[in-house]
Amino acid sequence: MIGVQAVPEVPTAIRTSGLSKRYRRVTALSDCTITVPEGRISALIGPNGAGKTTLLRLLAGLTRPTSGELTVNGGIPRQDPAFLANIGFLAQEIPLYRRLSAEDHIQAGAHLNPHWDGESVRERLRALTIPLDRAVGTLSGGQRAQVALALTLAKRPRLLLLDEPVAALDPLARRNFLAILADAVAAGDLTVVLSSHLVADAERVCDHIIMLASSRVQLCGDIDTVLAEHQILVGPRKDTSAIERNHRLVQVTRTPRQVTMLVRLNGPVIDPAFQVSDVSLEELVLAYMGQDAPPVLAELSSIGDDQ
Amino acid sequence: MDGRSVVPPYLQIVQQVKQALRMGVLDVGDKLPTVREVVAATAINPNTVLKAYRDLERDGLVEARAGHGTFVRHRPPGPSPGTHSRLGRSLIRWVAEAREAGLDDEAMESLLQVALRAETEEEIA
Repeated sequence: MIGVQAVPEVPTAIRTSGLSKRYRRVTALSDCTITVPEGRISALIGPNGAGKTTLLRLLAGLTRPTSGELTVNGGIPRQDPAFLANIGFLAQEIPLYRRLSAEDHIQAGAHLNPHWDGESVRERLRALTIPLDRAVGTLSGGQRAQVALALTLAKRPRLLLLDEPVAALDPLARRNFLAILADAVAAGDLTVVLSSHLVADAERVCDHIIMLASSRVQLCGDIDTVLAEHQILVGPRKDTSAIERNHRLVQVTRTPRQVTMLVRLNGPVIDPAFQVSDVSLEELVLAYMGQDAPPVLAELSSIGDDQ
Repeated sequence: MDGRSVVPPYLQIVQQVKQALRMGVLDVGDKLPTVREVVAATAINPNTVLKAYRDLERDGLVEARAGHGTFVRHRPPGPSPGTHSRLGRSLIRWVAEAREAGLDDEAMESLLQVALRAETEEEIA
């Protein structure tokens, strides 16, 4: 991070340090250090296999790290009722009993959870005109996702972990799902981490981002801050070593006459030869994902050189 | 809300409220929707809406009354809504004329850009 923030300290919901997870010979997550302040909706973004699900499972206490430390809601994640009471975890495959109705699930939840708010589920589902008495297996995919989210929220968790919840939904169902999520956060005392590869959704509903690529954290912070720290520089093709010395080069594209750089700033860019512009979240995410693919860039510049 | 815009979402809210005030859509004393109403309608992050409202409050345009909501206090400085709509109407006539003459959106936008620049240069000279 650039600079030291002097804003009043917000308590953290998640803090990890050097967190790693290996499965036999495969490293799923490596040296992961992140902080998520309370009350944020954080987008966990990264290509398939980047370690998103592993990170969520570690945070939920479903698996233990190989090395490193983590604190969630001030405690260490483990299979313990006191810890789990404050965690809501919604897995990718939406775990509902297909033959039971939403009402059956509400009744079951009341037996299994200490501070269960069944009425909130009924209210949310009625507002979306989702029937409470039909077997959830007969509902649409979008409706099932809404039922699962409403049930997870009824537990009144302080941290909600969602693994690709909207990936399979159509745009309208996605919007409704995210609106419920945002509303739950507005109602207070809830932090959300939402894994997704849909950047547009993330930009709208999230105010924090954790970006993983190749099992490592590429970015972590408030989206406004992260965007302000990056700029696109466009200028004549000349020696760029001064820029590279002062700032961190994330992505560079060269044509015979021009060079375009996406940099993480380390202070202002003084060189007047470069035109400086803001970067969108999507461009930023693509640039960090593209760091694994230098051959494509090399090819681009060689095509240009031939002309 | 424009998802493709580089303008941060909170600034888009600020600009839209200011725009509504200039055009007279919102008036002094009007109540802005609550954060939860905005969030439920748009799926925008609640902190983003709060930040926008705080910005508007800092500019003195709205005030938050505890337990009641956020209310419009002042219109932004500048010409009245009447002047705005009069100029808007004459611009619409100009656009219709330009369309008649075969100009497309892009040509009109660049004409406007040129006019703005020419006028600024005149002021400096």
